[in-house]
Amino acid sequence: MAQLKLTVNGVIYEADIDPRLLLVHYLRDTLGLTGTNVGCDTSQCGACTVLVDGLAVKSCTMLALQASGSKITTIEGLKQDGVYHPLQQAFWDNHGLQCGYCTSGMIMTAVDFLKHNPHPTEAEIRHAIEGNICRCTGYHNIVKAIKAAATQMADNRPLQRPQGQV
Amino acid sequence: MFPAKFEYYAPTTVNQAVALLKKHRDAKVLAGGHSLLPTMKLRLAQPPVLVDIGKVKGLAGIKVAKGGATIGALTTHATIAASKDLRKQCPAITEAAALIGDMQVRNRGTIGGSLSHADPAADYPAVMIALGAEMKAVGPKGARTINASHFFKSLMTTALKPSEVLTEVRLPPHQPNSGCAYVKFPNPASRFAVAGVCAWIALDAKGRCAKASIGITGACATATRASKTEAALRGKELNEETIAAAAAQAADGLDCLSDIHASAEYRAHLVTVLTARAIQQAVARAK
Ligand SMILES: Cc1cc2nc3c(=O)[nH]c(=O)nc-3n(C[C@H](O)[C@H](O)[C@H](O)COP(=O)(O)OP(=O)(O)OC[C@H]3O[C@@H](n4cnc5c(N)ncnc54)[C@H](O)[C@@H]3O)c2cc1C
Ligand code: FES
Ligand code: FES
Repeated sequence: MAQLKLTVNGVIYEADIDPRLLLVHYLRDTLGLTGTNVGCDTSQCGACTVLVDGLAVKSCTMLALQASGSKITTIEGLKQDGVYHPLQQAFWDNHGLQCGYCTSGMIMTAVDFLKHNPHPTEAEIRHAIEGNICRCTGYHNIVKAIKAAATQMADNRPLQRPQGQV
Repeated sequence: MFPAKFEYYAPTTVNQAVALLKKHRDAKVLAGGHSLLPTMKLRLAQPPVLVDIGKVKGLAGIKVAKGGATIGALTTHATIAASKDLRKQCPAITEAAALIGDMQVRNRGTIGGSLSHADPAADYPAVMIALGAEMKAVGPKGARTINASHFFKSLMTTALKPSEVLTEVRLPPHQPNSGCAYVKFPNPASRFAVAGVCAWIALDAKGRCAKASIGITGACATATRASKTEAALRGKELNEETIAAAAAQAADGLDCLSDIHASAEYRAHLVTVLTARAIQQAVARAK
């Protein structure tokens, strides 16, 4: 067993864990944060992407102990004061998902990406989500959603909801 | 999937790490974990002890100076890809870093891990041997420097001893009228190099090729130089024809790999095409 201390979505956790515990299992099974998914479990699909000190990382390919001392953000930590993150809202508004399995990973990757590139082209967005696989092949609307979120975040405009959406 | 049981240590200095490696002979260094953990999850590797160097201070970072650039072993691919200073002096390495895997892999994977792992399809080895980089390794008996030409021994095997930690990579200083470039044909799924070529070209006062150094990765069990191409370029005026003629010999004598991704014949062909492209880009940058 080994000592783990880290911050997840602003809350400090301390635990005595088996060193082979992967970060994704610590988040899902120990903390119950099941918004982070396990897709391939072989570092390919990006469904398990979370932010470690602000950087998008595949949490199935990281020991929980490697995150010791770090600040982790999961999809559950994006909502602020009851308001969805612009990316979460844009995925909703643009129908950026079908089954939703890849969605949290896509959004966490995009959060990191838009910090470095606030005005991306469509090609740059497609390049950025190279490590995220959507089995429903919903890439078109995913790209549209990221673009919409980028525009909204850059302008800091309130989101325009498409008519008819509740 | 999770790895088999292991003992875990997180030293904070290189000396502590080396002492742990000396004490536990079957221990493995853990850096970004993006090669080691996948193999441990598949139980292809079951090291009884992991020495996580992620918390060792001073191992990450890039210094670019007149005398050359040094890159700490823990520097991530993302940091290398984003370094403007490094791009100015040695665009081949920032290009290689930017083409590795995907954004998440680049955020975690380290140059030291990639070089120590020596995957035949890894990108950096081509750049290291083309540029004549040096690796600094620290072991129980102190530090030593290993030239890239002696570092990659065979498939996933380097000159590092089990108790040594790779601490930094040194790139030689930029020479006037020289240029370098890295080009790659990625596997469409993993992004690993089916073949990748780094060319470094120095021009003489008349604009002819004074020196050429070409590193190839992905094609063979270990990264190699395209010595026939290098010899064919030396002293030549560099135009489309001379470059094509030299690049056509890039795969001569290479023992190319055959696997589900590509046949040996296809890899050999890719090597010649990519070599021509890398030389052209390097020459454009040397001018
Ligand atoms: C989906 C995916 C796609 C990828 N695509 C590419 C690609 O396109 N091109 C490419 O080049 N690579 C690719 N990689 C591999 C990636 O670059 C890894 O980051 C790299 O190979 C290993 O670096 P690491 O820091 O993760 O090392 P680790 O996995 O921690 O270690 C790898 C090996 O090196 C040893 N080691 C690590 N650091 C040191 C050190 N400082 N001293 C001594 N020994 C050490 C370890 O003991 C282990 O044996 C990919 C990986 C994944 C998961
Ligand atoms: S579950 Fe981690 S990359 Fe697929
Ligand atoms: S929405 Fe189903 S996997 Fe992407």
